[in-house]
Amino acid sequence: MRELKILGILVFFTGVLYWGVEPFAHSQMHKHVEPADFSFKDVDGLHGARGNAINGKELVTSNCTACHGLKVEGMPAPMDDASAAAAYGVTPPDLSTAGYLYDENYLAAFIKDPAKAALVAHKMVDGKTHPMPGYSWMQPQEIADIVAYLQSIAPKEMTNKEVFVDACQRCHGAKYGDFRFDGTKSSMAAKTPDANIKEYMGTVPPDLSQMIRSRGHEYLEEFINEPGKHLEGTAMPRVGLKKEAQEQVVSYLEEIGDSSKDKRAEYGPKFLGYLVIFALFAWLWKAKIWREVH
Amino acid sequence: MALINESFFSAEGLEKRLAGKKFWKVMMTEYWIPKDINFLWALGVVLATTFSILIISGIFLLMYYKPDTALAFDSVNYTIMQEVKFGWLFRHMHGVAASVVFLIIYIHMFTGIYYGSYKKGREMIWISGMLLFVTFSAEGFSGYMLPWGQMSYWAAAVITNLFAGGSLEAWGLVEWIRGGFTVGDATLTRFFMLHVFLIPLVIIGVIVLHFYTLRIPHVNNQDSDDIDYDAEAEKYLSGNKRESKVIPFWPVFLSKDFAVLGIFLIFYFYLVFFNYNFAMDPVNFDPANSMKTPAHIYPEWYFLWSYETLRGPFFDMLGMKAGDIGLIIFALAQVIFVVFPFLDKDPEVLPAHKRPKFFIWFWVMIIDLLVLSVYGKLPPTGANAWVGFFATGLFLLLWASLPFITKSDAKARGAL
Repeated sequence: MRELKILGILVFFTGVLYWGVEPFAHSQMHKHVEPADFSFKDVDGLHGARGNAINGKELVTSNCTACHGLKVEGMPAPMDDASAAAAYGVTPPDLSTAGYLYDENYLAAFIKDPAKAALVAHKMVDGKTHPMPGYSWMQPQEIADIVAYLQSIAPKEMTNKEVFVDACQRCHGAKYGDFRFDGTKSSMAAKTPDANIKEYMGTVPPDLSQMIRSRGHEYLEEFINEPGKHLEGTAMPRVGLKKEAQEQVVSYLEEIGDSSKDKRAEYGPKFLGYLVIFALFAWLWKAKIWREVH
Repeated sequence: MALINESFFSAEGLEKRLAGKKFWKVMMTEYWIPKDINFLWALGVVLATTFSILIISGIFLLMYYKPDTALAFDSVNYTIMQEVKFGWLFRHMHGVAASVVFLIIYIHMFTGIYYGSYKKGREMIWISGMLLFVTFSAEGFSGYMLPWGQMSYWAAAVITNLFAGGSLEAWGLVEWIRGGFTVGDATLTRFFMLHVFLIPLVIIGVIVLHFYTLRIPHVNNQDSDDIDYDAEAEKYLSGNKRESKVIPFWPVFLSKDFAVLGIFLIFYFYLVFFNYNFAMDPVNFDPANSMKTPAHIYPEWYFLWSYETLRGPFFDMLGMKAGDIGLIIFALAQVIFVVFPFLDKDPEVLPAHKRPKFFIWFWVMIIDLLVLSVYGKLPPTGANAWVGFFATGLFLLLWASLPFITKSDAKARGAL
């Protein structure tokens, strides 16, 4: 009985200490934010308009392909990554998968006014402008047509890595996705050279290899959906990923940054099972030995 | 020396040369431990086991770790965590054991304080134990630097900077410790040396000393009863095991240790697999960046209480700067437990529940350390700063009152 009482006291004080320095302290240090909003309620989107993909194709060809590639239609990017970055500040994305990656209302709002939709207007001061000009002069129906076209050419399925490459890799590297011990350039390095992006954003975006361990699922979900909620004034734009696409990004980060997750889940119960058996036999042996001395 | 004629290649010959049976008897079957003990007496073996886990997992990590600021982070987080088979397991085991070992050290330490196991002949046990606490702290601190994450870097910067306080700065102590003006490659490599060589060597030496110091005064017991070991051992050996107040280290004492160890290992491996963030701070998975200070810098949980005594006095007073006062209290907090036996003025050895005022002192101290730990992690702003201030004040007051409280208990009992 006395031993149980002592154990109870130990568990109580250890529990209070744990609660105080972990959940409680972290709740005080990190502000609580609203959960991710994948409906993008605040944007000036399609307002229910339905577009015509055929018109959209014409609009995209005449307005977008001067800067953007469209590989799926056999149109490569007009410039290589480095030259494009030097010209615009950041490498423009190929649009083949935009319809898969981005929410349609977000996409419409972005085409109209990129800085506003991406929530980076605060960075576009002192003569800086967003590399992509706004198309708010177009008719709402034309914007809807463009969105419809982008959706019509988008793939039905993409791998986690493909989503990451198209959604994140223009600015962020993820070197653990293709780690080079010899110092050669990783295929998962950021496509925009550091110097250009620094000029454009004011900072070099971090490599994302370990974000799954340093930030965790919940933070990443809230942050990617709307970076400013956690990091006020950040240069990171809201990119407008659909829920599924964003989950694929997080899954990719987990694949490269926490590749032992499945192993932990597999071996954890085995270790604990073995130790329960060990503890059981140890107690039986102890009871047998102590019967002689009590 | 009597010449030994039995063949070297025979059990008998080997026994003649090494006297293994005698050794086993002295160290194991006739090393006497009191019978009146509870599971807290098993924590020494739990600690020895945890230290072994640290050494073994550390050896495996050492095979892939690279002590170079350009390579360290990736050697840990890529090579060990993603590439090496079971690298993740050894790293999690190492990181979690490094944290859990302090939990057990604290419990072990306060068990000693509660039962009065530090005085009247047991001072050397206490002092060697506190030496282990200090060396383990140095080991923990130096190891935390090695993954070269943000917390590694900034904790190193903040803690080494303590040695630039007051006139220490004039001596160039902080530069000498860092191997440069800032924390950098030289710092990482020398802390690597300390972590994997010098400090473990010292720890192993002090562990041996700690075991040795136990041998003569023997382990204390639940009622702090003064046992005549020769008489009780004789009783046990003559077959009167039930009446004897002592048990042999092997197999009786260790059988209980293994049982407790089994429970401990379930707890430990649960943490290794399912709840490790408390020991492997997520912030440290951001690579070290000297240009970007993390929003919150805090040490590992086991240093929080003493860290808070450093931050406690947050305004200048008594003609001194806040930082200097904090540094003095912090330095005091590191060593004050060592002199515990000499601050306890009670001439008798008794458990705390038989010393009414000391009993209160004990629990107030525990609660104060808990408060200091929690507020050592919180940002030191607004009301938090005042809580830290008063908890630090209480900490000092408790130590100042210890001689008087223990004396008063003794007087009330008529022992003084």
